[in-house]
Amino acid sequence: MTVTANPPVRPRHGRPWTMVERNLMIYRHTWPVILAEIFEPLLYLLAFGLGIGALVGHVPGLRGDVPYPEFVAPALLATAAMNGAMNETTFNLYAKLTTDRTYESILTTPMSVRSVALGEVSWALLRGTLVSTAFLAVVSAFGLVHTPAALLVVPSALLIGFTFASTGLLVVTFLRSWQDFQLIQLVMLPMFLFATTFFPLNVYPRPIQVFIEALPLYHGIELTRAAFLGTTSAHLAVAVAYLALLGTAALTWAVHRLERTLRD
Amino acid sequence: MTAGPVPILAEGLTKTYGGFTAVDGIDLEVRRGEAFGVLGANGAGKSSTMRMIACVSPVTAGSLRILGRDSATDGAAIRARLGVVPQDDTIDGELTVRENLLIYGRYFGLSWKVLRERSARLLEFARLEDKAGDAVGTLSGGMRRRLTIARALINEPEIVLLDEPTTGLDPQARHLLWERLHRLKQDGVTLLLTTHYMDEAEQLCDRLVVMDAGRIVASGTPAELIARHTSREVLELKFAADERQVMIDKCRGLAERMEELPYRLLLYTDDGEETLAAVNARGVRPRTALIRRSTLEDVFLTLTGRSLVD
Repeated sequence: MTVTANPPVRPRHGRPWTMVERNLMIYRHTWPVILAEIFEPLLYLLAFGLGIGALVGHVPGLRGDVPYPEFVAPALLATAAMNGAMNETTFNLYAKLTTDRTYESILTTPMSVRSVALGEVSWALLRGTLVSTAFLAVVSAFGLVHTPAALLVVPSALLIGFTFASTGLLVVTFLRSWQDFQLIQLVMLPMFLFATTFFPLNVYPRPIQVFIEALPLYHGIELTRAAFLGTTSAHLAVAVAYLALLGTAALTWAVHRLERTLRD
Repeated sequence: MTAGPVPILAEGLTKTYGGFTAVDGIDLEVRRGEAFGVLGANGAGKSSTMRMIACVSPVTAGSLRILGRDSATDGAAIRARLGVVPQDDTIDGELTVRENLLIYGRYFGLSWKVLRERSARLLEFARLEDKAGDAVGTLSGGMRRRLTIARALINEPEIVLLDEPTTGLDPQARHLLWERLHRLKQDGVTLLLTTHYMDEAEQLCDRLVVMDAGRIVASGTPAELIARHTSREVLELKFAADERQVMIDKCRGLAERMEELPYRLLLYTDDGEETLAAVNARGVRPRTALIRRSTLEDVFLTLTGRSLVD
């Protein structure tokens, strides 16, 4: 080892991409995990879309009448994007922050807290893209896709992933112990069940509709469903703005909080 | 070595957490190419000092310049030229031994090509060539520590910070590690290490400071500290439990300084033989008597007191 050969290392703000590289390196060993993530929404689609769909028939009111499996499929995709992103930045990140203390050694390098956070969110997005693309391919093979606009579900899923990865990153900074994950479930599961995943908004009385419309997953589902069915409405702009704003705000706050805990 | 800026220069360095002062205005100057030790009991402020020097923990007050740069504003640029061996194991458990080195180098922005070559060289340095593809969970404590040191060298740092590098290792593993650290020093790397093993400090350090309650209570070379803070020799006496107190009382006044430990009585003196003769002349009959040279341990115990610090 000679120190004279020290290369001039430019002070850089950090390379979020390196965090993605680290995750890719790990996934070389554990890639089947990602298959499970694609499998889950497909199981729901089989059970609810095809099973219950046979009883339901069509859902009125959207682009004429929509067969039930086509109504449910984009919502399941949005949910998968949400769960994948949240799991990555809550469950996996909490382990890295506490038991594994992964970031402690990373932050002794030129990497900044910001680039670590951006890197982990980017990784969650990359995973989300993989899962949503695979899901779209499978449902097309089932013959549920009728419009090229359906390709837009991939960027939609990406936006949903960004919102929930950032939200997860913020939530994880508030967790006190592993028990607190129950509280996250307490929010996520009802949101999955009631944010128009399995039935349209108009089944609710108006006051509850307002509450549902405030949920981020509702806007996510509106986006993927519109893309999947090839419909458009003015509300889509609201949905995009809502998700982008929520994601950006959560990410900014999360980085601020992480800076305080990791650089104490 | 080229005469560049002083590797580490701290003035009035202070760290407080809430109302607790961990480091209380210390001055440090570490010269290029030397091995500098920070000694202290647990809670003396060693790790907080190291974390500030590593630019992972902001300085509360005082100034800290590393390699001529201000730690407050140039953290990332300084970290690019440091190697850090933390006290706790922070090896990436999800990666193999070689992958740990590779990805760590990527955090420094080094190319894969450079890293393939360096990681091979460092695996050899750490004697881990046979373990390159193994999961880190299969490594022994000594191997993990060597991997941590190899990892800290991936960016060919000018300063390596080691926080209690051999705590928890068996004697063989410690000696192997010391030998590797000597090699680093020969290559001109500046070493800053904390330890609470006095033999380690005597083995490795050119100069050292002793910290107690966030302050520096002594500094110098190991030989200087021994000369300044303790007698040349120490007479160690052990007594049977039932007559211990009587015997200790009889010994009073026989040496410049006397320390009662739970199992031993230490008499600090410049001539151990003479003191032992005086002890015998008073009719004191110890079960065992040992005359030895003073060590850094005596300095440390003298300066920081014997009470257990948690």
